[in-house]
Amino acid sequence: MVLDAGRIFCYYLFMRWFVRKEKGIKSKEKKPIPDGVWVKCDSCGEILYRKELEKNLWVCPRCSYHFRISHKKYLEMLLDEGTFKEKDGNLAPVDFLKFKDYPKKIEKSMKNTGLKDAIICGEGKIEGMDVEICVMDFKFIGGSMGSVVGEKVKRAIYRAKERKVPLIIVNASGGARMQEGILSLMQMAKTASALNLLAEEKVPYISILTNPTTAGVMASYASLGDAVIAEPGALLGFAGPRVIQQTIKQELPPGFQRSEFMLKHGMIDMIVERKNLKKTVVTLLRHFLNK
Amino acid sequence: MAFVLDFEKPIVELEKKIEELKAAAEAGNIELEDEIKRLTQKVEKLRKEIYQNLTRWQRVQLARHPDRPYTLDYISQIFTDWVEFHGDRLFADDPAVVAGFAKLDGETFTIVGHQKGRTTKEKLERNFGMPHPEGYRKAMRIMKLGAKFGRPVISFVDTPGAFPGIGAEERGQALAIAENIRDMAVLPVPIIVVVTGEGGSGGALAIGVGDVVLMLEHAIYSVISPEGCASILWRDAKYAPDAAEALKLTAPDLLELGVIDEIIPEPPGGAHRDLKLTAERIKKAIKKHYSRLKKVSPDKLIRKRIEKYGKMGIYKEE
Repeated sequence: MVLDAGRIFCYYLFMRWFVRKEKGIKSKEKKPIPDGVWVKCDSCGEILYRKELEKNLWVCPRCSYHFRISHKKYLEMLLDEGTFKEKDGNLAPVDFLKFKDYPKKIEKSMKNTGLKDAIICGEGKIEGMDVEICVMDFKFIGGSMGSVVGEKVKRAIYRAKERKVPLIIVNASGGARMQEGILSLMQMAKTASALNLLAEEKVPYISILTNPTTAGVMASYASLGDAVIAEPGALLGFAGPRVIQQTIKQELPPGFQRSEFMLKHGMIDMIVERKNLKKTVVTLLRHFLNK
Repeated sequence: MAFVLDFEKPIVELEKKIEELKAAAEAGNIELEDEIKRLTQKVEKLRKEIYQNLTRWQRVQLARHPDRPYTLDYISQIFTDWVEFHGDRLFADDPAVVAGFAKLDGETFTIVGHQKGRTTKEKLERNFGMPHPEGYRKAMRIMKLGAKFGRPVISFVDTPGAFPGIGAEERGQALAIAENIRDMAVLPVPIIVVVTGEGGSGGALAIGVGDVVLMLEHAIYSVISPEGCASILWRDAKYAPDAAEALKLTAPDLLELGVIDEIIPEPPGGAHRDLKLTAERIKKAIKKHYSRLKKVSPDKLIRKRIEKYGKMGIYKEE
């Protein structure tokens, strides 16, 4: 029986399967799709023209399914053009436990994302307002939090505190990174404790939850925003659905742990569609800063 | 002993033989002293051999031993005047967490801890020591209540993990853990954490942030259970012993990584072989660290605590 908390990143495949089943899409429909021109919606199965989808911020025009997008897209979407300056991009993971296949996984993820770890941090402007921003990338070992992610979040918190500018974190993570053992768990304490310093200086922190944000990241900084915003349909929670199902041996209710479920249970402030994300962040910052 | 682990068996068998010989000697007035002495030496040697070379998986088994002392056992041995508080004032009382106040050398401490059950009925009632959000919220409520009166915190950690269930998710398991970690970091009184059994990931850390973290010799503390890790890595929980090796979750491992401050040695054969002696050692360690921490100002305690966690992690700057 898996009873764990530091839930790791393996829900990705499960989640996709879950969504498809829910919408009754049969895998028989698989047709070869020429790469680069057409994209099939993971949720409703609609074949979509890539350029159109791109224009729609990777949200299915038919069913509103929010495709998972890279850290680059979020930076483009949220920040004023050309204002992003990366910080701590030189921090890289170390396989200090000599953990099975970890160096291979790091190497592959680096290639896939162009990042040295699962988060990019830096400063930028939103509608002219200075912010510190961090964006996680699920493609880097499931967005898992090891020493580098924890350290970069901590440093972003300290920069926000020093400069007295708001902090924005876009989350996408399966939790703490198993391959760095107990030190991954300690990143929860590192980040959550540092957030006290930000609160002391009355610097706002907005947490944006994307699909998925679970376990160690959800149980630390992702949950602790002054405002907690979720994209529609994101898987949010502590334990993964598979673990819960194995433990309680019951069917999970439909929509369990999705953004809409979390909103209903009072765990997040609002659900915001991608196209309204920047506008919402700006409005919130203006409220918090009384600007 | 009610329950014997595989690697405990040779020791237990020898001990039984010694007892038999002693009984026979008494009953029949036979001279068996030499034989008893020889066997006693043998059992000591065997115990040393086995316990000095425990694999990580064997330590996991010791940490989960059904006879291992639990939080309330330690509280009754170490403290006096224990008063338990209940409920999070929001939803319910969670029996998987105990919280309250007790005295040690005339001084009142806030005490929180995970609580497992001994009998089947108790196990179910205590949910095998796996808290719901209300358990964490109760612990934080009592820690804050104690801090109002300047009372230092002793936290006993022993949980397989926070409970993964529907209700737990509905009531914000992740949020409860996150808030506890954040708020413990700035609690203006000394916090001493003692990991006594299983340190099950976020479910342990939720009451595990402190100025000093002590760990019993055979306790474990991990980001994920060996079973969970094995089912991800090898798609099968039966490889848990390999996962335990990979995760480096024992007290010596954690001391080396700078996550804990001190290992409290257990009596020969483990804490369950001698509760009194184990409790005595925990008490001594608490007193030692508290006498130092009580002289530190609240501001400095908090600053040092945040700095301590801020330094944890291994990475490179390229």
